[in-house]
Amino acid sequence: MKLEGKKRIWDDYQKEIADNNYYFQRSCIRQNFFPGSEHAFLKILKNELGKDICDDEHHTTCTGIGYHADVVLFETIMTVVARHFALMTEKGYENMIISCVTSFGIYTEILETWKHFPDVLKKVRQHLKKATGREFEIPKNIAHASDIIFKFREEIAARAKYRLINRNTGEPLKIVEHIGCHYSKMFPVHGVGGAEFPYVLQGMVESWGGQIIDYPERRHCCGFGFRQYLVKANRGYSVANSKKKFESMKPYKPDMIVCNCPGCTMFMDKWQYTISEMEGKTYDENGFGIPVLTYEEMAGLVLGYNPWELGLQMHEVQSEPLLDKMGVAYHPDEKYKDAAGNYLGEPAFPTNLKVCV
Amino acid sequence: MGKYFDALNEDVRFIEGLKSCMNCGICTAICPAASFYNYDPRVVVNIVQSRDEEKIEELLKSETIWYCGQCLSCKTRCPRGNTPGYIIMALRTLSQKTGLFIYSEKGRQQLAIKRITGESILNIGYCVYPDLVKPEWHPEQGPAWEWVYKHREKIMSKFGANYKGKGPGALRKIDDKDLDELKEIFKVTGNLELFETIEEHSYVKAREMNLAIDETLDNEYIYHISNYNGNNHSKE
Repeated sequence: MKLEGKKRIWDDYQKEIADNNYYFQRSCIRQNFFPGSEHAFLKILKNELGKDICDDEHHTTCTGIGYHADVVLFETIMTVVARHFALMTEKGYENMIISCVTSFGIYTEILETWKHFPDVLKKVRQHLKKATGREFEIPKNIAHASDIIFKFREEIAARAKYRLINRNTGEPLKIVEHIGCHYSKMFPVHGVGGAEFPYVLQGMVESWGGQIIDYPERRHCCGFGFRQYLVKANRGYSVANSKKKFESMKPYKPDMIVCNCPGCTMFMDKWQYTISEMEGKTYDENGFGIPVLTYEEMAGLVLGYNPWELGLQMHEVQSEPLLDKMGVAYHPDEKYKDAAGNYLGEPAFPTNLKVCV
Repeated sequence: MGKYFDALNEDVRFIEGLKSCMNCGICTAICPAASFYNYDPRVVVNIVQSRDEEKIEELLKSETIWYCGQCLSCKTRCPRGNTPGYIIMALRTLSQKTGLFIYSEKGRQQLAIKRITGESILNIGYCVYPDLVKPEWHPEQGPAWEWVYKHREKIMSKFGANYKGKGPGALRKIDDKDLDELKEIFKVTGNLELFETIEEHSYVKAREMNLAIDETLDNEYIYHISNYNGNNHSKE
């Protein structure tokens, strides 16, 4: 095939990502388990890239976990999302950045619904007006927060303090990526690379020196399953699906897993701990587990941010083996201190999963 | 046409989800739920496609419709443009609105989800919040989370969060005026009514099962629906 033809085909797998002036929509799970990631994202946009981004205190949850666990109606979540569009409109912004893959899937689903069912949009406008008195414009551009990091990955590479390269061997780090089902399986056109060629994280990894592992269960769900995790009796579903992925990736000896979705990041991390407790099994060669990072944490490390301010100590699989491979400088003493420098004591040790002491 | 099929057709997700199924089974092949549960989304689609009201009612009362994890992998793969996951979402909504969810072990769990996630949304404006992820309810979260949970008042600012603070930032306290708007949206769009329906039918079932129930999370019925697993759901 001629190069021109190849380029034309690949164009179908690209998406338009706004250049500047963003309204930021936070994520419940990311704030809860990875608050340092959203902080790093805003720091990168404002301080490294000089972008204008509105961090508005008035938005709420999009209610997405409730929606996908079936206690929030479609009419309700559409109106909550419409309220967020109204807040964005009132602040004078047209480009929305969403920090959560579940939310991102919901926003794209709602916008597609409104395209196909104009009467539904009309009803949502009426509901919002009645409930809040607000009106809204549909955003010009919707991006997941990772799309923005992807768009500016070369600018970040140019400012990199560390690279995704094993300092001891000079080889690229072997990295598993997981984009999360709701990023592009529902509406492939809204995700970089679509559902077939997941490239949003791969692009970052390649620009920063690492190498992506393509393994059989790469596209399999992490197993969140909403009600399948929220209800204790159902959690076997969740851990079993994560295990299916770990078993599939293990032979490729990954140095780390990087995730797009905050839920996936949490599950790929916590289920490694759980499996180690249940079966005594770990998925790296030395018993430490495979570190699971958000893309903001990965970008933060590349830019030389303090790993303990990024919040890597919140993870169950500890990241020191990865930091050592990258050559990242860190102070072990600061890991369990608060912002004022007071030592808070250490967490208990897992039974089987090794941690650095 | 019958009452259940008509009701499903009022849900745009059902209209989008059901085009015409040729029973190829690709959805089942790709489905994470079908990997482990005794679950076959192809069969679900075939039943609703048949418009057989009795069989649809059986589905609404069944364990089957609660096995899906809503990953929507099926949406990507169906060669006919169906989305079994959307059909499931419409069936679950109808099962709750008609009160038929209490007939199944998995369906009855909806009260716990309503009480935890549903009420968290209305009370604090978040689906998830550190105070709610209690280590005793979440042993899988491990010792690192236990450490975060214990020290959350002191440690969150190190990660740039504004835990329970005023103004913007991660984990900020959401203003009462914003919460009032959220509640009003739930009222206007019928979600408070759905919550009441889930409560009413759950109380009836709790009495029938002779389990104590009150408005808190600490009662026999909530404990039962959150923890009980009949162990007859998986493939083996």
